[in-house]
Amino acid sequence: MSALTRAVAAELVRVFSLRTWWVLAVVLVLYVGVTAGGFAFFVTAETEGGPGPLPAEVATQLVYSSTTSVALVIPLLFGALAATSEYRWRTLTPTFLAQPRRPVVLVGRLVVALLVGALYGVIGALTSVAAGAAVLAANGVDTLLGDPDVLGLLARTVLACALWSLLGLGLGALLTSQIAAIVIVLVFTQFVEPILRIVAGAWEWSAELARYLPGAATDSLVGAGIIASIGQLDPTVPGVIEPLTRLEGGLVLTALSVLLVAVAAVTTLRRDVE
Amino acid sequence: MPTGTPITIDHLTKRYGAVAAVDDVSFTAHPGRVTGFLGPNGAGKTTTLRVLLGLARATSGTATFGGTAYAALDDPARRVGASLSSDVFHPGRSGRDHLRVLQLAAGLERDRIDAVLQRVGMTDAADRRVGGYSLGMRQRLGLAAALLGDPGTLVLDEPINGLDPAGITWIRVFLRELAAEGRTILLSSHVLSEVSQTVDDVVVIARGRIVMAGALAELSAGAVARVRVDAADRSALASAIAAAGGVVETPTAGPLVVTGLDADGVGRAALAAAIPLTLLTPLSDDLESVFLRLTSEHPDPDARPASSAEVAA
Repeated sequence: MSALTRAVAAELVRVFSLRTWWVLAVVLVLYVGVTAGGFAFFVTAETEGGPGPLPAEVATQLVYSSTTSVALVIPLLFGALAATSEYRWRTLTPTFLAQPRRPVVLVGRLVVALLVGALYGVIGALTSVAAGAAVLAANGVDTLLGDPDVLGLLARTVLACALWSLLGLGLGALLTSQIAAIVIVLVFTQFVEPILRIVAGAWEWSAELARYLPGAATDSLVGAGIIASIGQLDPTVPGVIEPLTRLEGGLVLTALSVLLVAVAAVTTLRRDVE
Repeated sequence: MPTGTPITIDHLTKRYGAVAAVDDVSFTAHPGRVTGFLGPNGAGKTTTLRVLLGLARATSGTATFGGTAYAALDDPARRVGASLSSDVFHPGRSGRDHLRVLQLAAGLERDRIDAVLQRVGMTDAADRRVGGYSLGMRQRLGLAAALLGDPGTLVLDEPINGLDPAGITWIRVFLRELAAEGRTILLSSHVLSEVSQTVDDVVVIARGRIVMAGALAELSAGAVARVRVDAADRSALASAIAAAGGVVETPTAGPLVVTGLDADGVGRAALAAAIPLTLLTPLSDDLESVFLRLTSEHPDPDARPASSAEVAA
């Protein structure tokens, strides 16, 4: 085995020998399951003041993108915890004794963050399909499960989750404080970004900038999302700015992850280990 | 059988801002011997070891294994094993999984895990989470991690700290065995008496500087013989001792303490002056007090005694 393969194997054992990964997976399943079921009910039901039944093409995109609409916090949190745990428990010392070539350790960790992020994407996608398709079918809407558009959306969900895990890894390595990382991840994803995206719609210049927020870029990459859909669902929201294309969204998200990881790498690779 | 590499610290200096945590330190730890790296807490022991193992950068000077820096060794885990703290484990991971991560990262054989667990007596506890381990068990796990690559050279920071008496006896025997196999062992401690039965050589550091380096026996050569003596007529006794060339340390109250004369010399001085003695005891100056004197003899130039004004305030 090459040093890099060994580093990946070691990092996989590091992740799967703790309970953190599956506790996060359980939260993900519950969160996405309830959201996808709820969305599916909302877009098919004839509710007073609601949008009424949406065409299957629109409804399925909204329902099956539940993971990236609400649960990106899970891969982000995973990445941040993976990075800060080494500082919290001072395990960087044995890590760098076993492999003093720090770039090898770093690359192994990047690969595993992407892999586990993708695993969360698969779990999230399967959950949104399981919960969402059941409600859609019960209300007589076509679930479009074999549709290439739906399959493409699910595949891009997996990619988005992998990138958010990388984003968390970079953020965590940069902050080093586990408490700070958890607070920032939760506050940013649950309050700051959603509010910014909605408020930014009030002016053209801010709406244009808001397209580059990580959540907005993710919605562009995936091709659907609840906040992105508000403008389309509610015609009273004025001046909808054209969202980024899929490719642009993917590039923005990748660039952001790579930038964070690069800054973190430069500091971590040089720093004395306490 | 793995053979040890000499550990060479050569004019090593590590500064944090204006403070030199390690100041021009040089010494060598030899294969087949246990070298005790001794000094009070904060003297610079851990900093020296962290630089040696590539975890911190030297400001100047070098710390190598036979001339090669840790990170530049081929297969470092098979050459050098280290345990720097008993506090470097994730509490939610089992001892065995902790070793498994290191074994994979270092590219070692998987059967080494069971071998080292057995060698440190941790086989039964290996599948429990480290969060439930005692300090002694964490010390043993750290030692197991250091031994994973069956290295010829071991660097252990305070390996005896926090062990119970049975654990201390165990680790003494264990380290002697490892040294007898030809390994180089460098271990640090802030308590000389903890390691005086284990080490062959001592390196004493205080405030970042080496104050003594050599065989343990050389440390005892620094001991000063003193004699406690008493008689009904103390002042006459003190005069007789002074006349014979002795120095009386405590002339004011209680039995006299004499340096410069051994018990025989003090007895003869008293006999010559016809003073009947009520007490005559040679005082052994133990290694611990030599060690304390060595590490406090070199006062920090920045430190100053508190003035009376500061004390009053």
